[in-house]
Amino acid sequence: MEEEVQEIERTPRSPAELMTIVEALVFVADEPVNSRVLADVLDEDRGAIEAAMEELAKEYEAREGGLQIRSIAGGWQIATRTELHEEVRKFLKTRPSAKLSLASLETLAVIAYKQPVTVPEILEIRGVQSATSIKTLLDKRLIVAKGRKEAVGRPMMYGTSKDFLIQFGLRDLTELPSIEDFEDLVS
Amino acid sequence: MIHLCDPFEINYKFTITNYEFKKVQETSEQYNFDFHRETAEIVRDGSEELKIKIGEFAGPLDLLLFLIKQEQANIFDIPIAKITQTYLEYIQMMKKLDIAVAADFLVMAATLIEIKSKMLLPRDPKAIGEDEEFDDPRQELVDRLMEYEKFKSAAGMLYERSTIEQAIFTRGPIESDENNAEVDASVFDLLTVFQKIAARHVDEIKMEIEREEISLADMIKSLKARIFEFGEINLLEFFEEMRSKRELVTAFVAVLEIVRTETVRLLQKTTFGDIVLKKV
Repeated sequence: MEEEVQEIERTPRSPAELMTIVEALVFVADEPVNSRVLADVLDEDRGAIEAAMEELAKEYEAREGGLQIRSIAGGWQIATRTELHEEVRKFLKTRPSAKLSLASLETLAVIAYKQPVTVPEILEIRGVQSATSIKTLLDKRLIVAKGRKEAVGRPMMYGTSKDFLIQFGLRDLTELPSIEDFEDLVS
Repeated sequence: MIHLCDPFEINYKFTITNYEFKKVQETSEQYNFDFHRETAEIVRDGSEELKIKIGEFAGPLDLLLFLIKQEQANIFDIPIAKITQTYLEYIQMMKKLDIAVAADFLVMAATLIEIKSKMLLPRDPKAIGEDEEFDDPRQELVDRLMEYEKFKSAAGMLYERSTIEQAIFTRGPIESDENNAEVDASVFDLLTVFQKIAARHVDEIKMEIEREEISLADMIKSLKARIFEFGEINLLEFFEEMRSKRELVTAFVAVLEIVRTETVRLLQKTTFGDIVLKKV
């Protein structure tokens, strides 16, 4: 009850104020931060947060600075611009990390589109055992176990993780192009 | 990379195909490759060994697609005799190069031979009259190839995406206990909890006259029921309920089992804090 009273007393933040605050919060956040989390912390309407973030993203875009605001894995994130990768990499002294093998990428594609999916189902599509790839993907936390299928042998089902969304720059799974779109390329 | 000592042998093989094989079994996962590279290359690094950098086939369907494209054949009208022959030649070559041929490649070889023989056999005259549609023995394979190729393209898309993502950087982590919250507890964290409890049990030496043992299956069942009822369980509290060391071990195994098989995670809210079992 006390909280409600406070809420009435507090003068509502202006959209500009809100933009300033969310910018700071997204900056300190370790991973993409969901607007619902921001709304809870700031005791604001989620719609207002979402609007502030979008306005902020536009502002960054217009400024053409070194940073960008991205909507990724269901949250917002401040990151460097793609074009600057060489300089950033040189400064950080990092090299692009080892890529996944063709086999692992294929396995990941099957899991991303068919999840939750079992190992025999992956075998059916790829025509090859995928145990090593699955282990690699699990180690890299790109996929997670999604319980067992109520079928003979109760095989484990796999699906993609939040890390998958982050590493492949996806807002959510619906952002993946439809698998049927790849059919045109086939013929 | 394959290491071979006889350069002549390699040259000989290159004349056959101009395409070499990556070890088909996915043994080495951590290497960079060019997704679009389709030709093999020989790398000389000064030593006596000749290294061949090789293309990679992700599986038998991948190889088959490559062969069909090489023949410039229509996927809907695969020249099965020709393709089968080349496919078998490739497998022979893989054996010569001493690359372990995965069983899946042999399964595909058998499938191809089966289709080929079906196509050679005259069709049952009775069957021709009955069903209108000509039942092409290749159809199932074509369907699988088409389905597979979609995912192969999707894998290419993922590759492109990850390449772009690698060019984007975010701020490094800020050190604080807060951002350390809810880390996935490891087996070692779990063992620490277990040891804590076990140590406490040693202190209370009691006369054990009769005991009722609870089976692992029962333990899992009751644990599962509790998780689904309460959403999360404090492991420390759960272990403390156990009356004997044996029961404690059963409980511990039950926790491991439930994390492995169910959509349940182990979470530690603060560093050195209590571990909870939580429904995902």
